[in-house]
Amino acid sequence: METLRWLWRQLTSMRIALILLFLLALASVPGSIFPQRGTSPLRVNEFLKDNPTSGPILDRLYMFDVFASPWFASIYLLLFISLMGCVLPRAVEHYKEMRGLPPEAPRNLSRLPVHLQWNSNSAADQVIKETQIAWSKRGWRVRTGDDWVSAEKGYSRETGNLLFHLSLLVLLIAVGVGGIAGFRGNVIVREGSGFANNVTQYDTFTSGRSYSADKLPPISFKLENFISSFQRGGQQNGAPREFYADLLVKDDPSAEPREFRVEVNHPLRTAGITVYLVGHGYAPEFTIRDATGNVLWQDAAVFLPQDAGFTSSGVVKIPDTVPQLGLQGYFLPTVSADFSNGPISEFPAADDPGVYISAWQGDLGLDSGMPQSVYRLDTKNMERIGIEELAPGETWTLPNSGMTVEFTGYRQWATFAITRDPAKGWALGAAISSIVGLSLSLLIPRRRAWLRVTPAAGGGNLFEVAGLSKTEAPGLADEISHLANLVNTKKEN
Amino acid sequence: MTVNETLAQASNAMVYGAITVFTGSMVAFSISLAKGRRLEALETSAQRTTASHQVRMGSTETLIKPAVSTSVSVDGGRGEGRRAGNIGMALTWLGTILLGLAITFRGLSVGRWPLGNMYEFSLAAGFAVSLVYCVMSLTRDLRWLGLFITIPVLLNLGSAITVLYAESAQLVPALNSYWLLIHVAAATVCIGAFTVGAALSGLYLVAQAAEDRVTNGLAPGRSAAIAQRVPAADRLDLLAYRIHAFMFPIWTFAVIAGAIWAEAAWGRYWGWDPKETWAFITWVFYAAYLHARATVGWRGRKAAYIALAGYGAIIFNYFIVNIYVQGLHSYSGL
Ligand code: HEM
Repeated sequence: METLRWLWRQLTSMRIALILLFLLALASVPGSIFPQRGTSPLRVNEFLKDNPTSGPILDRLYMFDVFASPWFASIYLLLFISLMGCVLPRAVEHYKEMRGLPPEAPRNLSRLPVHLQWNSNSAADQVIKETQIAWSKRGWRVRTGDDWVSAEKGYSRETGNLLFHLSLLVLLIAVGVGGIAGFRGNVIVREGSGFANNVTQYDTFTSGRSYSADKLPPISFKLENFISSFQRGGQQNGAPREFYADLLVKDDPSAEPREFRVEVNHPLRTAGITVYLVGHGYAPEFTIRDATGNVLWQDAAVFLPQDAGFTSSGVVKIPDTVPQLGLQGYFLPTVSADFSNGPISEFPAADDPGVYISAWQGDLGLDSGMPQSVYRLDTKNMERIGIEELAPGETWTLPNSGMTVEFTGYRQWATFAITRDPAKGWALGAAISSIVGLSLSLLIPRRRAWLRVTPAAGGGNLFEVAGLSKTEAPGLADEISHLANLVNTKKEN
Repeated sequence: MTVNETLAQASNAMVYGAITVFTGSMVAFSISLAKGRRLEALETSAQRTTASHQVRMGSTETLIKPAVSTSVSVDGGRGEGRRAGNIGMALTWLGTILLGLAITFRGLSVGRWPLGNMYEFSLAAGFAVSLVYCVMSLTRDLRWLGLFITIPVLLNLGSAITVLYAESAQLVPALNSYWLLIHVAAATVCIGAFTVGAALSGLYLVAQAAEDRVTNGLAPGRSAAIAQRVPAADRLDLLAYRIHAFMFPIWTFAVIAGAIWAEAAWGRYWGWDPKETWAFITWVFYAAYLHARATVGWRGRKAAYIALAGYGAIIFNYFIVNIYVQGLHSYSGL
């Protein structure tokens, strides 16, 4: 019992809070050095591949999931408990103080940091009564005795401090609730195609423990048009300048479709979810026919951008032919004249588009049961039958099968992140009240002031005014001398 | 929107002008410090707090026994030292105005707020540092601090025009948000003030070291060369604390404004992006500094080290994370 109490006292002391704060800062450092699964899973895989010995060890230490690691959680949980144990008793204490009166005036005022004294013949009780009124008018909380006045000011400093620490607690809770009761998914939508809010339509989807995917609100939208523009010329040639996605949105299955333009920094908010534009790229359109001219495949294939010029790579898989057919290659929005470094796009806008593709025949490996990336061709059991460069409208007749590949044009696609965080508003509210609390707690001076009247040796009274600052705010002397001037005494002689 | 080349070039010319002027003020401030009055002996805080000051206030006699010494007049001395200090101060004002004009022209040349890449942030941060210093010097004599302000300003401007320089151009779409403007403007002002705070905390450590030696009956040592020319340690500490305490809520606001912007741009208000992580670390350090000041056994020197560590985190976030670490904040324009 004694040890428990001791532990609790330690845990709720400022010193331990301080140490925990440092630990928290220290613990987040590796999260900024190593790639994190939460934000860049591909880079984590790359890192593991490049560091076969240290990688797995780091992984076991949660270096790639720092902010979801048990040790990070234990630090902030301890801090959370420390904060509670510190703030709640202080709140009770402060509540009592707010309702009570300042403590009595000390005996000896001359020891205080600011001290003034003078003699006067004025009567003590009259001056004390008047001083009480005058100081109260200036916003001091005043208590009087027979021959003293005790006053205090700046209670909102402590109120602010408590508000700040309580806001931190609320913020922590809001972050936790948001993680548990929300979801986040990504989906790629091509121009002219649609999306219905259903788990099966997402490319990636993660949800909190208490969110079940069948609660997804039934919104849907169609990407009507995607517009992008880029800087032309100058040092920042090719830097993105504008992009937006024009959607036709149905907020629920029976709603009238409405137009909405999603931009970076301007998401679509509806039905408790938010739709963000987070990426874009190109999808070349192909028509693939067999030797007799029957269409085997006709669609726009999403290619993923590889560099600032939007050199995009992707594949098309045709499993219905014997042997199976795969196309793998690059879409270049602006074909460069120089191919010495391979096919590379000169500029991200589709000024002079072209594709550079190789055709493969054999077994696509789709039946092996292993999930396969739609952006990669497994060429283990395939054989390359040719390479070709095509401009829009051009057709390539594949060697030895008579099949043709026509590059008919391109569409753009956009990636949307769709999220739900029901505690977002709470987090914002807590953040705002934390600033209010902080400002009060750091900027409001907390001060005490006293008046004491004692009979002087040679007749009349000695009047003493003194003040004490509980904080390091400037201006105590000015304030106290002002209070002294409010003490209405007749001058001697 | 095209770029107005004349204004862009005028902006560049102003930056070079500001660098020249700040170099002049750095020289003037060093002369001022070198020729300034040397205190005969270092007074220690303990000696000062026992001596009380009689001050007349209005009609009443006030006895003030401050917990820390009130303003010790270290004014760069008389004569040459003083004149040099005044020249340094005037040049600092001029440099600040030139830098302000450089930033304004830069913004006008592209018709947007000039806070779009590292070059522009650096100009703004340099401006914030010198502006905070100038404004603070309006109400107190801060000529002794000038050298320690103009050096970081010059280092910053030097790296801006050599390494970070980017031509005037439009913004990438992610930066096209008024929350960005609010977030960056608040953060820049904080960086400016925290630079002044770090200079004060650093000087405090030097002055405290010299005073401790005197207290222990030793010769003041090498740190005295500086300690004798700046105010007493406890006063430096208090001034540093006031800056940090005043700026901490604004820094908190800057971080929150960033989170609001991140919510609108990336779909989450906090995602432990490296930049966010280091903003958090900075915030934790400064919060720890404020706590340390209120904790027995931590106030004084340890607290000052924490403040400097916070400043280190700011610098790390700016130069290392922006340039070397991959993340969403990849708009450094390099
Ligand atoms: C996330 C963690 C925390 C942060 C960011 C934080 C922040 C702050 C700030 C900014 C102040 C104002 C300092 C001042 O008035 O000079 C403060 C004061 C205080 N904090 Fe915290 N705090 C945290 C955790 C804690 C914890 C866990 C405790 C309890 C053990 C605690 C106890 C106190 C106390 C007692 C004060 C008053 C100090 C004073 O009156 O000067 N804090 N805190």
